[in-house]
Amino acid sequence: MSSALLAVLRRDLLLALRQRGDVLNVLLFFVVVVTMVPLGVGPELNVLRTIGAGAVWVAALLASIVSLARLFAQDHADGTLEQMLLSGQPASIIVIGKVLAHWLVTGAPITLAAIPIAVMFDLHVDAGCTLIAALALGTPALSLLGAVGAALTLGLRGGGVLVTLLVLPLTVPILIFGAGAVDATAGGLAATPYLLLLGGLSLGAAALAPWAIATALRISLE
Amino acid sequence: MHATSPSPTGFRLFRYAAPAEFYRLAGRVVPLVALLAAALGVAGLYVGFFVAPTDAQQGEAYRIMFIHVPAAWMGMFIYVVMAFWAALGLVFNTRMSAIMASALAPTGALMSFLALWTGALWGRPAWGTYWDWDARMTSTLILLFLYMGFMALHSAIDDTRRADRAAGVLAIVGVVNVPIIYFSVQWWNSLHQGSSISLGKAPTIAAPMLAAMLIMALAFWAYCIAAALTRARAIVLERERSSEWVRTLFGAAS
Amino acid sequence: MNWGGWQAFWAMGGYGGYVWTAYGTVAAVVIIEALAVRARLARARRGAAHRRRRG
Repeated sequence: MSSALLAVLRRDLLLALRQRGDVLNVLLFFVVVVTMVPLGVGPELNVLRTIGAGAVWVAALLASIVSLARLFAQDHADGTLEQMLLSGQPASIIVIGKVLAHWLVTGAPITLAAIPIAVMFDLHVDAGCTLIAALALGTPALSLLGAVGAALTLGLRGGGVLVTLLVLPLTVPILIFGAGAVDATAGGLAATPYLLLLGGLSLGAAALAPWAIATALRISLE
Repeated sequence: MHATSPSPTGFRLFRYAAPAEFYRLAGRVVPLVALLAAALGVAGLYVGFFVAPTDAQQGEAYRIMFIHVPAAWMGMFIYVVMAFWAALGLVFNTRMSAIMASALAPTGALMSFLALWTGALWGRPAWGTYWDWDARMTSTLILLFLYMGFMALHSAIDDTRRADRAAGVLAIVGVVNVPIIYFSVQWWNSLHQGSSISLGKAPTIAAPMLAAMLIMALAFWAYCIAAALTRARAIVLERERSSEWVRTLFGAAS
Repeated sequence: MNWGGWQAFWAMGGYGGYVWTAYGTVAAVVIIEALAVRARLARARRGAAHRRRRG
């Protein structure tokens, strides 16, 4: 079972490596969106420090969801996806492999890119570290929830807008606790409860989402 | 797939999984339920406007509560029921279950919208602002988004069976998320509220006020049942147009 | 609850605008939804009958 997981993971990572441009685009999308906020709100550092965490998280949400189209679309287009599901390997394993690969090329880079962004918003070092930790713990849940949306909308006209509409409301808890963790640190309180909650949400999503994703894929491929 | 069970007990309910049977039964039930809704509505409004006293803090503005709270309750309740029917449809592969879920969605969405609208109109006189991001209203707004997502996904898919089942999965994922969303929004609101004690939505409840609210809640419930059943009947006819029982039913009429 | 006349009733202690807009919207939505749903059913019935006649 783990060999199937590793096989899917290796394949998806290889594909991402060969299509480096796509991966970089997502990162760029994240940075551009987050840069829009100070441009819209004004460069007053006090204000930016207050809204920084929220802005970064919203940009992270959007970037994660925008990149989901690739998750299944390519394999769906050339029939590989169907072959994978017919292969006899448990669908959940295949799904976890693909989502893990997605997170490694989206969530993880976004988490790292948040370091300079934290500086951009004049976040204190402590708050910045909490932001990184929160992103690291919360972005897996984003990939998992987003994958549900991607699986449901496989091949549909609506495109990215439809997936975003479906998935964003579901990510509200991650957004709230993710930004809340940073605000707690900025206010001198411990962020541990929020980080634990984020970790819990990601674990919960890891436990439940694969079923939903596999079911959704089967429904979309019939 | 018609389930005409010869067994005398509970399985007889499966008969109504057949669209034809549902169509007939619903046709008889809807007028009764609609009448009930109207009667309860009149009773509730009478108690609310002619028995319930003026509120000490909010004056007469609090009377919006009699439609705001029932609408909010129905918005939440219908989503759970919708997810229930969607789950049944996925597990048992019954067409009727999926049709019920689709029929409930617009009614639930409208109820959530009314909750938001009346909540804003109550908020302005009661505590000075139309919208203040309090936990319940914010959660209701997100719930409205969930409803719209369900309907958007369903209408984006041309194949009816795929649409039913995909939207069904979305509804189930949504209903599992709703408690988590509500909890997180409550926390979010209390954190950013600071230490100010927010005067709760409901004034100190006098018995006639509570009575009016509960009667109106039942009235809304009855109304929603009537609306959803009628919509379901329409969907049944739309989908089953070319089937035997529809041709018989309407052939005889024309 | 004694209103002391219809004037007072419509005024709702100064909040008449809010109260009656709220009730009015609910009434409007309920009526429109009910009519729309019944119209949809009628259309579906017509569609079914039409199909039957065309064989």
